[in-house]
Amino acid sequence: MTRKLTCKEILEQLSAYIDEELDPSICAEIEAHMEGCNPCVAFLNTLKKTVVLYKYSAEGDEVPREVHIDLHRFLREKCAQDEGE
Amino acid sequence: MDETRLVERARAGDFDAFEELVTRTEGRIYSLLLRMTGNPEDARELLQETYLSAYKKLGSFRGNAAFSTWLYRIATNHALMRLRRKQPETVSWEELPLPSHEEIRQRGVSDWAVDPKEALLRREIRELLVRAIQDLPPLYRAVVLLRDVEGLSTADTAKILGTTEGAVKTRLHRARIHLREKLSPYFADGEERGGRAVIP
Repeated sequence: MTRKLTCKEILEQLSAYIDEELDPSICAEIEAHMEGCNPCVAFLNTLKKTVVLYKYSAEGDEVPREVHIDLHRFLREKCAQDEGE
Repeated sequence: MDETRLVERARAGDFDAFEELVTRTEGRIYSLLLRMTGNPEDARELLQETYLSAYKKLGSFRGNAAFSTWLYRIATNHALMRLRRKQPETVSWEELPLPSHEEIRQRGVSDWAVDPKEALLRREIRELLVRAIQDLPPLYRAVVLLRDVEGLSTADTAKILGTTEGAVKTRLHRARIHLREKLSPYFADGEERGGRAVIP
C-alpha cells in the first residue's frame, strides 16, 4: 500500500489540482485526504476563491478616454514619421 | 474583418488596419500594464511604447501565434524593463518568501464567507486585489496576471516570459499562495482574520 499524502504535500499540489493538471490517481489521493481534513478543504476553497477573484478582477476594465486618444495620436505621428524615413 | 486579414493588411503597410488592431486589443494591454506597474502614468507611456514597438516589428510577426499573445509579449517585456530600471537592486525578482505549512497550521485555516463576483462590485475589494498584486516580485506578478487575470495558457505564458512551463507553474502556485495570505485577513471568518499578527 502506498504512503498517504501529508497536508504539506497536498498544499504543494493545490494549484495544479485547481488547474486540472494532475494525474487522476493523485487527484483521487487528494480528494481522499480532503474527506478527513477540514483545514485542507478550507485552504483549497480559499485558494480557489483567490483565483476566481483575480479571474474576474479586470472585467469591465477600459482604457481611459484620454489615454486612448493620446495613444492613437502618438501612433499616427510616430508611424507616419517612420514611413517618411 | 477577422484578425488574420487585419494583420496581413497591417504588415503590407495599411495603417488603418494596424489602428483597428490597436483599438481591438488596447483594453487588455492597458489593463495588464496598469497592474504590472501599479501606476497609470507608466501604463499610459508603456502602452504607447508597446504599440510603436509592435508596428516596427510587424514584419517579424509570424502567424503561428495569436496577435494578442505576441502583443502581451511585447508589453510584458517593456513593463519588466521599466520596473528593472525603476527598482533598486535590493528588490528581489526571484525570491518570494511564503509562510511554511507549520505557520499556516498554527494560524488556523477557515473558509471565506465571500461571493467573489459580488465582492468585486465593491471598489475597496478591487483596490485590495490590485495592492496585493503589487506586493509580488515582478516576475511572479507577470505570471499571475497572464495566467489568472488574462487567462492565457501555461505554454503561452512561458513563451511570453521566455521561461519553462515548469517555472510558470511554480511561480503561479507561490504567487497564488501569497495572494491568498494577503486576502485572508479581509475575508476569513475566524482565526485568520487577524492575519499574521496572530502567529505566536
